Amino acid sequence: MVGLEHYLTVAAALFVIGIFGIFLNRKNIIVILMSIELMLLSVNINLVAFSSFLGDLVGQVFTMFVLTVAAAEAAIGLAILVCFFRTRGTIDVEDVNVMRG
Amino acid sequence: MGIADFTFYAFAIVIVTAALLVVTARNPVHSVLWLILCFLSAAGMFVLLGAEFMAMLLIIVYVGAVAVLFLFVVMMLDIDFAALKGEMARYFPIASLVGLVLLMQLALLYGSWAQAEGALGLRQAVTPDLDEVHNTKALGLILYDQYFILFQLSGLILLVAMIGAILLTLRKRENVKRQDVVAQMHRDPAKAMELKDVKPGQGL
Repeated sequence: MVGLEHYLTVAAALFVIGIFGIFLNRKNIIVILMSIELMLLSVNINLVAFSSFLGDLVGQVFTMFVLTVAAAEAAIGLAILVCFFRTRGTIDVEDVNVMRG
Repeated sequence: MGIADFTFYAFAIVIVTAALLVVTARNPVHSVLWLILCFLSAAGMFVLLGAEFMAMLLIIVYVGAVAVLFLFVVMMLDIDFAALKGEMARYFPIASLVGLVLLMQLALLYGSWAQAEGALGLRQAVTPDLDEVHNTKALGLILYDQYFILFQLSGLILLVAMIGAILLTLRKRENVKRQDVVAQMHRDPAKAMELKDVKPGQGL
């Protein structure tokens, strides 16, 4: 029988993979943003799993808000990335050292 | 092992494998495609958990919007990804170390995890019986009632994100002919065309 712990384990694995991806792709901002999306997804799995097993719908409502913030973050992050690439011609994180556009 | 358990394990394996391939794939386009697979499996897992509205939302928002946005950006920018991937082997040990430490911390947490007494009595919105109200309607009843201000604020966040993204990526190009409406409206038709009498053999 699959219990709450099984879902939490999957979410934990996903979160750790997200952290792993950030460290592994230190230069590529696009993959770092994707890793952040993976971590947010793991949080969503946690919220929905608790919501389902404890019988409280608020978890799913907050999943929706996390989803909203994730979408906004991806849009803004990628817009900044496009902007940065136009001025500098690279997406290497180590080159991001000036605030001036 | 019932069919539900089997489905759970299938989704779990696909999620973890796809996530690993997202962070290790050489080509970022492949990364995005694995990310889409990961989101789809997570949506399947949400259906297993009885949160079908969240599952559909995950497909619409993540697969339909976020992943496609990533795909657009990866394909739009002309980036030399091979150079960025070059140092992946250098960071592998430290990345595995951090991942392992975090995994062990989470394992310790899950090993000694207990629910507080009376926690079930403190639930804000107890899930109604599926025979009475289905998941989508129950969520709507809570969202538009108890969490209305948060709902409006999340809409505001999306509006700010949209305006910000447009403003950041908008660029004014020089030497591009554009339509000038005011100039168009205020032009004088009498001066728009001039007739010249060209004599034969002379030119203008």
